[in-house]
Amino acid sequence: MGLLTFKLGGIHPPENKMSASAAIVELELPKIAVVPLAQHLGVPAKVQVKRGEIVKVGQLIAKGEAFISANIHSPVSGKVAKIEPRLDSSGFRRESVIIDVQGDDWDESIDLSPNIVYECNMEPDEIVKRIHDLGIVGMGGATFPSHVKYMVPEGKKVEYLIINGVECEPYLTSDHRVMLEKGEEMMIGISIMMKALKVDKAIIGIENNKGDAILNLNNIAKNFRGISVIPLKIQYPQGGEKQLIDAVLGRQVPSGKLPLEVGCIVNNVGTAYAIYEAVQKNKPLIERIVTVTGKTVGTPSNFKVRIGTPISELLQKAECDMNRTGKVINGGPMMGKSIITLDAPVTKGTSGILLIETEHSKRVPVQNCIRCGKCTTVCPMGLEPHLLSINARQGDDERSEKERIMDCIECGSCVYTCPSGRPLLDNIRLGKSNVSLMIRNRSRK
Amino acid sequence: MASIGVAAAVILYFVAQKFKVIEDPKIDLVDEALPGANCGGCGYAGCRAFAEGMVKAGTMDGFFCPVGGNELMKSIGPILGLVADEKKPQIAVLRCNGSIKNSIPKFEYDGDQTCSFTTNLTAGIGGCSYGCLGGGECVDACDFDAMYMDSETNLPVVKDNCISCNACIIACPRDILELRNRGPKDKRIFVSCINEEKGPLAKLNCTVACIGCNACVKVCKFDAIHVNNFLAYINYETCTLCRKCVDVCPTDAIHEVNFKPRVVKSASPIVKTKPSGEKQAEELAVNLTKDLPQEEKKVSEAIEKSEVKSENKANEI
Repeated sequence: MGLLTFKLGGIHPPENKMSASAAIVELELPKIAVVPLAQHLGVPAKVQVKRGEIVKVGQLIAKGEAFISANIHSPVSGKVAKIEPRLDSSGFRRESVIIDVQGDDWDESIDLSPNIVYECNMEPDEIVKRIHDLGIVGMGGATFPSHVKYMVPEGKKVEYLIINGVECEPYLTSDHRVMLEKGEEMMIGISIMMKALKVDKAIIGIENNKGDAILNLNNIAKNFRGISVIPLKIQYPQGGEKQLIDAVLGRQVPSGKLPLEVGCIVNNVGTAYAIYEAVQKNKPLIERIVTVTGKTVGTPSNFKVRIGTPISELLQKAECDMNRTGKVINGGPMMGKSIITLDAPVTKGTSGILLIETEHSKRVPVQNCIRCGKCTTVCPMGLEPHLLSINARQGDDERSEKERIMDCIECGSCVYTCPSGRPLLDNIRLGKSNVSLMIRNRSRK
Repeated sequence: MASIGVAAAVILYFVAQKFKVIEDPKIDLVDEALPGANCGGCGYAGCRAFAEGMVKAGTMDGFFCPVGGNELMKSIGPILGLVADEKKPQIAVLRCNGSIKNSIPKFEYDGDQTCSFTTNLTAGIGGCSYGCLGGGECVDACDFDAMYMDSETNLPVVKDNCISCNACIIACPRDILELRNRGPKDKRIFVSCINEEKGPLAKLNCTVACIGCNACVKVCKFDAIHVNNFLAYINYETCTLCRKCVDVCPTDAIHEVNFKPRVVKSASPIVKTKPSGEKQAEELAVNLTKDLPQEEKKVSEAIEKSEVKSENKANEI
């Protein structure tokens, strides 16, 4: 029997995992940290500090008061220099706390010892509260506040916890390195998550190109009950929530529904590690692993970076040749977004920084659609991208909604495969924003 | 064959009698009087729908055809036996002067240029998240050839033949365009900026942004200017076109249109708010690089440019 994968569509772009063998290196502290207040999906956090205040590492600086929001803690110690809007990687000015770094003074409650804590005596409610308090969000890139996932509504039953170690985006290796180097901690994190959700089965899905990680986790999993590792066929976008559930369990999440509908909760391996640190070490989400990679990077690396570090410092450390670089992308080549300023800080969702050479950074000329149907074949959600694209352009939002435009996960497979170089995803994004506006207006009436 | 034809004719005659729709003949009369542009500027789907709506409502309040204007509404009045209220003529005004020179592009962008797409993508290549994106969606929306894109400034220009149909205002995703009274002899004064950021931030992206300094509010004797969220707005109903605010604006964000050029006096009573020599020099430099208000641009190239633009759009789809 071949390896498992999802049933609909999918592509296999060149993997280019250049930094896969580079061990995680801790980056030195920045001089100035810029911490945006909107690092997660949902309502921006409310600032809790004043200008001129001295903050410690791990101190709460902004509180997520709404249900879908997350707390933000100071990633560095020093003085709050300013609270003003700064350009972040989204291209918009967002309210940020700017901290002048002085020393490295950690909050006393955080356990800094290197030894691994195995036992967890906390009750499920306490664990969820801790995840909420310490501002853990999904580390896969979408930055959905984690505590929301763990508050299972009445009447729903969770059967499986699925851990996403797929990392199907080409180039990126941050999850791969976590699974290799922090395997044990991650596994403890997973068992804590299982306890919080009261489930006894957890599945880690890993693509088959990470043989060493599969081996490593298989060895560790022997000591943990209920955790199994499943190698998956290499196929993009397997890391999508719905695709992963289809791959490991063969269950399809209905359109517009959450994975909870089929009894699953999906979390990233980075999130499992962050939860371990939060619950066992009382350490808030103030660091993350960032891959710096690309053809113009001297030493493709995986850095452990404090949140708020300017991206330019990472590029400097990785010896990037900026003269040959045409584009810097926040994230992977398929779903990432190019950034407009290198002063933009690393946030909770920055999984990688990808550099593209000048000759490959330009768009290809757009030709007419030849109705070849390739985009439909590869769409993992079973949509018809070329038709959705035309609908969106013509402003036929009602038809777009009927054709399930909101199901699009923006994986970019259609654009990747299009022989005419059409900007299908651009158009679909336009359609999605129009349709969601329409839905919002409708519900307001 | 002939008998079937006769039978069908008889049946059709009775059916037609039975289901006859009796329409108010006034609708036809009003419809004939209307320009037939079907632009939708009145808020109805077309001229016929407008005529129907007006005749059925039995009043002319709230009904106005921007294409025909006051003259047309006066001529329709006798048909319905009503008197139309006079409305002041209006024109669409672009409240942004963030041209390529004033708001220097910070990066290259070669993706989709449509405004409604780029407005969600990023703040704009000039860095202002309020300003014009230069995608020309308003120009495409204009049915009356009253707008064109200026390739030098990358801003749309409203020509004098604008009939204030509201189409461009609906098309703009950032609500930059606004309908304002044309004013006596087409003279008007307006703040050409809608940036609500604090002064220093607004200035960072654009040299001609309104910084909310309140200088114009202080100088205005008629209480026509108000500052909200660091942005000045001139109420065109109360503004008397005295032009004092234009003189004091430190960033030249307030534009005057169709005024006679001023006579420069040696002992001018108006003193600029920036006293220091250094700042004045700076201001001069800024003034040199500034673009003129759009309305003063030549219209001759306009038709050519707008045609090119619409052709491009046609190819894209």
